[in-house]
Amino acid sequence: MSAVNTAKKKRVELLFAAFLLLVGIIVFVDASQLHATYSQADAIGPKAVPYLVSGILVLSSIALSIAVARGNLAEGDEGEDVDLSQPSDWKVLVPLLGFFVLNLLLINWAGWVISGTILFFGVATSLGARRWALTAVISLVLAFGSFYGFYLGLGIKLPAGILSGVL
Amino acid sequence: MDTFNLLMGGFESALTPINLLFAFAGVVLGTAVGVLPGIGPAMAVALLLPLTFGMETSSALIMFAGIYYGGMYGGSTTSILLNTPGESATVITAIEGHKMAKAGRASQALATAAIGSFVAGTIGTALLVTVTPIVVKFAVSLGAPSYFAIMVLSLITVTAVLGSSKIRGFAALGLGLAIGLVGMDPVSGQKRLTFGFAPLIDGIDIVVVAVAIFAIGEALWIAAHLRRTPAHTIPVGTPWMGKEDWKRSWKPWLRGTAFGFPFGALPAGGAEVPTFLSYVTEKKLSKHPEEFGHGAIEGVAGPEAANNASAAGTLTPMLALGLPTNATAAVMLAFLTMKGIQPGPFLFENEPDLVWALIASLFIGNTLLLLINLPLAPLWAKLLKIPRPYLYAGILFFATLGAFSVNMQVADLWILLLIGLLGFALRRFGLPVLPLILGVIIGPMAEEQLRKTFQLSSGSVSGIWSEPLAVGIYVLIAVLLVLPAVITYIRRSRGRHDVVAEAVLGEVADHPKHKAGVSGTTADDDERENS
Repeated sequence: MSAVNTAKKKRVELLFAAFLLLVGIIVFVDASQLHATYSQADAIGPKAVPYLVSGILVLSSIALSIAVARGNLAEGDEGEDVDLSQPSDWKVLVPLLGFFVLNLLLINWAGWVISGTILFFGVATSLGARRWALTAVISLVLAFGSFYGFYLGLGIKLPAGILSGVL
Repeated sequence: MDTFNLLMGGFESALTPINLLFAFAGVVLGTAVGVLPGIGPAMAVALLLPLTFGMETSSALIMFAGIYYGGMYGGSTTSILLNTPGESATVITAIEGHKMAKAGRASQALATAAIGSFVAGTIGTALLVTVTPIVVKFAVSLGAPSYFAIMVLSLITVTAVLGSSKIRGFAALGLGLAIGLVGMDPVSGQKRLTFGFAPLIDGIDIVVVAVAIFAIGEALWIAAHLRRTPAHTIPVGTPWMGKEDWKRSWKPWLRGTAFGFPFGALPAGGAEVPTFLSYVTEKKLSKHPEEFGHGAIEGVAGPEAANNASAAGTLTPMLALGLPTNATAAVMLAFLTMKGIQPGPFLFENEPDLVWALIASLFIGNTLLLLINLPLAPLWAKLLKIPRPYLYAGILFFATLGAFSVNMQVADLWILLLIGLLGFALRRFGLPVLPLILGVIIGPMAEEQLRKTFQLSSGSVSGIWSEPLAVGIYVLIAVLLVLPAVITYIRRSRGRHDVVAEAVLGEVADHPKHKAGVSGTTADDDERENS
C-alpha cells in the first residue's frame, strides 16, 4: 500500500471518529436540555444514562483517533461476494441509494406494486443486471406476488396507491 | 415430573396438523434464506420476521422456531460449499468443511453437519428444558442490582472480550446505546433524542434496527464491493455418510455439544469460543491429525455441533432472564416483544403454554430440519448460484417490505435508510455489529434496572453493589478487563506465543490489524503450525 493511500485512509477514518464525537455531543446536549425534577422514586432521572452514553461515544472517538493516528487502520468486513481489492464503488452505490429513496417517495402515492417494481429493477440494474426484460419480469412478479401474498396470506394491506381499485 | 408434563402439553399444542405445517414452512423458508450467500442466520430471521405478523402468537412462535434452526443450518451449508461463512460462528466449520467439499466429500461434510446439528440441537434443547426452570427459580430471587450487573456483564463481554478491537467495540456499543435512548423515557415521560420528530417518540422499532443493520447495511456494503466473478460453487449430491464417517463423527458431536451449550447459556455467550475449542480438541484427539487442514470430518462434526448446542444454550438467558446474547437471539427477543410477550423470569409463570409450545417446536423444528435437508441439499446448493444482482436487489426489496409492514409508516423507511447507512459505515470502519445491536436492546432494559436500583436504595450509590451476586459479577468484569493485559505481560516476559489465549481474548496488543478476531487467528495459526 502506498503512503498516499494510507494517508487518505487515515483521513477517512478520522472523519468517522469525528462522527462518533458529534453523536456523543448531540446525546450530551439533548440530555442537558431535559427537565429533571428530583424525586425519591427516580433518583438519577432521565439524564444520567444519556450522559454515560455520551461519555462512551466521546471517549471511544478520542481513543479511535489516537489508534488511527498510530496506524491501527480498520479493515473492511470480508464476505463471500466482497472484493476488498477495490475501494467502495460509488458508481453502484449512488444510483442504488437513489432508487431506495425513490421508493420511499413513491410508496404511498404510487403504491407498493409500482414502487417495489421500480426498486427491484433499479437496484438490480445498478448492480449490473443486463438482461432488461428478464429483470423487469422478475421485478413485476416480486412486487405483485408480495402485494397479494401479504394481503391474502398475512392479511396485511400494503398501499395500493394510484392502482387502488384496480388491484 | 412437572417439567415433563408441561413439555408434553407443549408438544400437544405444537403437534396439530396446522402447527406442523407452520413448523415445516418455517424450516424450509429458514433454510432457503439462510443458505443464500451473504445472508447469515440473524439476517435470515430478521428478513422472515414480517411473515409472522398476521399470525396467532403460538403459530408464529412455532414457525419462528423452524426459521431459527433452518437459518442456522442454511448458514453452515453455505460455508461448506462456498467457503464463505455467513457469520463468525460458522467460520470454523468452513475451514475443514470446504476442504472436504473440494476433495469431493461435500456429501459427507453436509451429512455430518446436518446430523451433528440435529444431535446437538436435540441434546441442547433437552438441556434447555432442564436448566431453564432452575435458572428461572434463581432469577426470581434476584433484584434490580443483580439484573443490572448481569446486563453490564453481557455488554462488556460482547464488546471488550469477544471482538477483535476493543476501541471499535466500544464505539459500536455507544452508537447502539444512543439508538436505544431515542424516544420517550418511560419513567419521567421526557422525550430523548427525538428532535421534535413525532415518529421517534415511541422509540425506534427493534425490527427496523435489526433489518437496517443486518440486511440494508450488509447489502449496501456488498453492493459497493461486489465481486464481478462470483465465488466457485461445488456441486453436491444427497448427503450421506459411510460407516467410517459415522465412527469418526459421533464423539465430536457429543464433545461439541458439551462445549457449546454452557458457553451459549452464559450471559456472555457466543458461539465463537466453543466452536474454536471444539476444533482444537478434535484436532488433539483425532487419530488422523494429519488430515486437519485438508478436510478432516471431525473438524466439521465438532464445531458444527458446538455451534448448534450454543444456539440452544443462548435461549436459556433469553427465556429465563430476557437477555439476548447473540444477534439471532436479539432478533428473537424483538419478535417476542412485538408479540406482546415480555421475556424474563415471569414468562414461565405467565405464559406457560406459549413457552412450552415454543420449546416443543424447537424439538420438532430440529427433527424436520434433518428430514427435509438431507434430501433437499442438492436443491439448496443450486440457490448458491443465484445471480448476485438479483440476490442483493431481492434483499433490499424484502428488507424494505419487512420494515414497512411493521407499522406501515414511510418514516420507518427513512430510519431504515439512515441506520442502514450506519451499518455500511460499521462494516467500512471495522466496527463489530453485535455490540451495537445488543446495545439497542439491552441498553433500555439496563437503564430500567439501574433506576429501580436507585429507587430501592433511595438514591444512594451503594445500591449498585447491594446484592452479593452483583458484587461477584463486578469482580468478574474487572478480571475480564484486566486479564488480557496480564496475559500479554506474561507472554511478553516469557516470549511465548499462546494460541488459545490469543484466540479467546481476541486482539492483544501485538496484532493491531487483524480483524476477524477469533476466527482469523485460528486459520492463521493453523497454517503457521502446519508449515
